[in-house]
Amino acid sequence: MTNLIEIRGVRHAYKTARGPLPVLDGLELSVPEGGFVAVVGPSGCGKSTLTKLVAGLLKPDEGEVWLHGEKVKSPRSTVGMAFQNPVMLEWRTILKNVMLPLEIVPTKLSRKQQEERARYLLALVGLEGFEDKRPSELSGGMRQRASLCRALVHSPEVLILDEPFGALDAFTREDLWQIMHQVKEKEPFTGVLITHDLRESIYLADQVVVLSGRPARTRFTLDTGITGARDIEHLYTPQAAEMLATLRHQIEIAQGRAPAEVAPA
Amino acid sequence: MTFRQIAVPCLAIVIFLALWEALVWVMGWPNYKMASPSDLVPAYERYWSLFLTMGWQTLWRTVVGLLIAVIFGTALGMVMGFSRTMRDALYPLLVGFNAIPKATVVPIVALMFVGMHDFNTVLIAFMISFFPIAVSVSIGLSTLEPEYRDILRSLGASQSTIFWKIALPKTLPEFFGALKVAVTLAFIGTNLMEIVSPHGRGLGALFDSGKTNSDYPLMFAVLIALAFLGIVLYYVVVALEKVFAGWAERPQG
Repeated sequence: MTNLIEIRGVRHAYKTARGPLPVLDGLELSVPEGGFVAVVGPSGCGKSTLTKLVAGLLKPDEGEVWLHGEKVKSPRSTVGMAFQNPVMLEWRTILKNVMLPLEIVPTKLSRKQQEERARYLLALVGLEGFEDKRPSELSGGMRQRASLCRALVHSPEVLILDEPFGALDAFTREDLWQIMHQVKEKEPFTGVLITHDLRESIYLADQVVVLSGRPARTRFTLDTGITGARDIEHLYTPQAAEMLATLRHQIEIAQGRAPAEVAPA
Repeated sequence: MTFRQIAVPCLAIVIFLALWEALVWVMGWPNYKMASPSDLVPAYERYWSLFLTMGWQTLWRTVVGLLIAVIFGTALGMVMGFSRTMRDALYPLLVGFNAIPKATVVPIVALMFVGMHDFNTVLIAFMISFFPIAVSVSIGLSTLEPEYRDILRSLGASQSTIFWKIALPKTLPEFFGALKVAVTLAFIGTNLMEIVSPHGRGLGALFDSGKTNSDYPLMFAVLIALAFLGIVLYYVVVALEKVFAGWAERPQG
């Protein structure tokens, strides 16, 4: 199998008091090793459910999720997660927060090496000198960077980002986009990014997947034509404008606000 | 603790005592209507050994009742915090139990365990003070944001790891908030038993003897001694909170 993440025909419904609520319906997604896929779609279409399936926190009702040629049945330590809420443990220092996964995942690193790795990652995202601070002393963007370090400290194969930059202001967000590219060069991972921000999706990802409204299925895939790091100027090119227009149109169809018969560009 | 942190509350107490003295003096109240702070000094001088022994009896029984309340309340809070079914099942019972005035329970308990005065007093102190602890622990655990759980669960952590690493420390600020309430409640419980069903033990009994002998300054002196013990125990909890949940205090800016 060449794809690191392979999602085939996944269906999932939540049980509610008023009967099952289908959220995913025939979802297909493949991400090659080292690839970076952004998933966009209308609100409440099941994007977060998708991350839970990949992380093994949920079992799909139907269909299969494969990671590195193995069927996902339960949580696995080769996955790192970061959410919109940075979920810092307020009673720990930043350094100890970043080291948390190493207390759970079996690791060959000695205590000293663990600390060195955490310090190295913090320096990579520009948080050198904040190791011994408490999370409450950091700004939202800094907390999110620390949360990114925590998601990467155990060198996961897959990094799942569930709207990690959603609550940040525009400038901080652009900073973090660039940091993401820098981090990915030094610490390669296969990425799945859930986002509402179309600019973010084409700036960070190699591939953008548009989901339909609930229950979500894969409705459209856009190849950004670039892999790896790119300059922020890339967002201001005519190609970028065209991609954004295409994505916007696809989302409108997904929301049911534009007729579907118009063939995608 | 800085000089300011000690001086400000001490000054407040001195001002309170001065105002109290002035009020009694201005109104010309006799001491059977309202004793003044200057009436209390002779009472303490005369009965200081009784205050020491009975104060100690009240203190240890309150602390033991409180410790049992902490253990039982935390356990109950955990059961209700982790299980929705248990929460639904136990909340009405718990609220109903808490709504019963404990003064009415005192004679029942006193009859049930005749002669076991220490046990009965500890029991009432415990019964009156475990409720806020159980409620705060259960709320703390049941309102844990799902992301906290997911972060650890996605790494394959067990439920007990999640409890020790996240749920327990995250609940500590709520727990200490409830413990501060429970401290004063436990004193009320101890004194209920000591006053309503007196066995000649504890500050409550001293209060009761003041009442029997029409020694009004003594009654007021007991109240102030109780307030003093309450303050001491409260600050013990504050000190523990600083050690175990000091992180929750934001730096003032």
